[in-house]
Amino acid sequence: MRHLVYAAVLLACLAGTAPLELFLRARVYARWPRFLLALAPVLVVFLTWDVLAVRTGQWSFDARQVLGWRVGNLPVEEVAFFVVIPLCTVLTFEAVRFLLGRRGGRFGDEPADRDEP
Amino acid sequence: MTYTWLAVIGVAAAVALDLALLRTRLLLRRTFWTAYAIVLFFQLLTNGVLAGLDVVRYSPAAIAGPRVAFAPVEDLGFGFSLVLQTLAWWVWWGRRLQRGGTPVRRRAATARTRAGAATAARAADDTATRRSSTR
Repeated sequence: MRHLVYAAVLLACLAGTAPLELFLRARVYARWPRFLLALAPVLVVFLTWDVLAVRTGQWSFDARQVLGWRVGNLPVEEVAFFVVIPLCTVLTFEAVRFLLGRRGGRFGDEPADRDEP
Repeated sequence: MTYTWLAVIGVAAAVALDLALLRTRLLLRRTFWTAYAIVLFFQLLTNGVLAGLDVVRYSPAAIAGPRVAFAPVEDLGFGFSLVLQTLAWWVWWGRRLQRGGTPVRRRAATARTRAGAATAARAADDTATRRSSTR
């Protein structure tokens, strides 16, 4: 069961943030093309960083606590990490934005801006 | 290049992306910092689990040494960089995808044109039975 640890942590992150999509109107899954566009450069930067770090021995993964599938020199969970964490981050951001409204700042991507003179 | 240095560069690069390259300026807004505080809390939780259980092991030569919730302090820089880059691109794409022309904007533009055409048509219609105060 220990090989499920990393995957379980990622699933917990997804499960914990899923309610934000509907209950706090985050609408990130609903806007998946925009999310994938935002994710692309992040994946390039951080997967490169990770691959190089593993190759130079800066960090490593316990083979007993990962599923076993690899993408290059990275466990599949590590690759998934860079999809799940950005997803949770954007969900949190949009949920906070829903709660704080304009008081939290304007970012120039609000739909209501279109109606302003 | 140690993890320590890379984490510092990662933070600097993310800040440059937000403030200079994409001009999203998330760092100046409360919503960003509130969201980051929440994400940071959960980072300490999840990262603590992964590092504490030794799922991820760090080479002592690559890190400075101090730890926060079992994870190297460098992970804080790594995490901040990841969060800021993600959100900067998310906001930037939101702006870009809007500028293509939203239904509301298109309707407004069309309405203005229609009004202009109608007004022009009225002005051009020279009727003898109506005295215009503008003539």
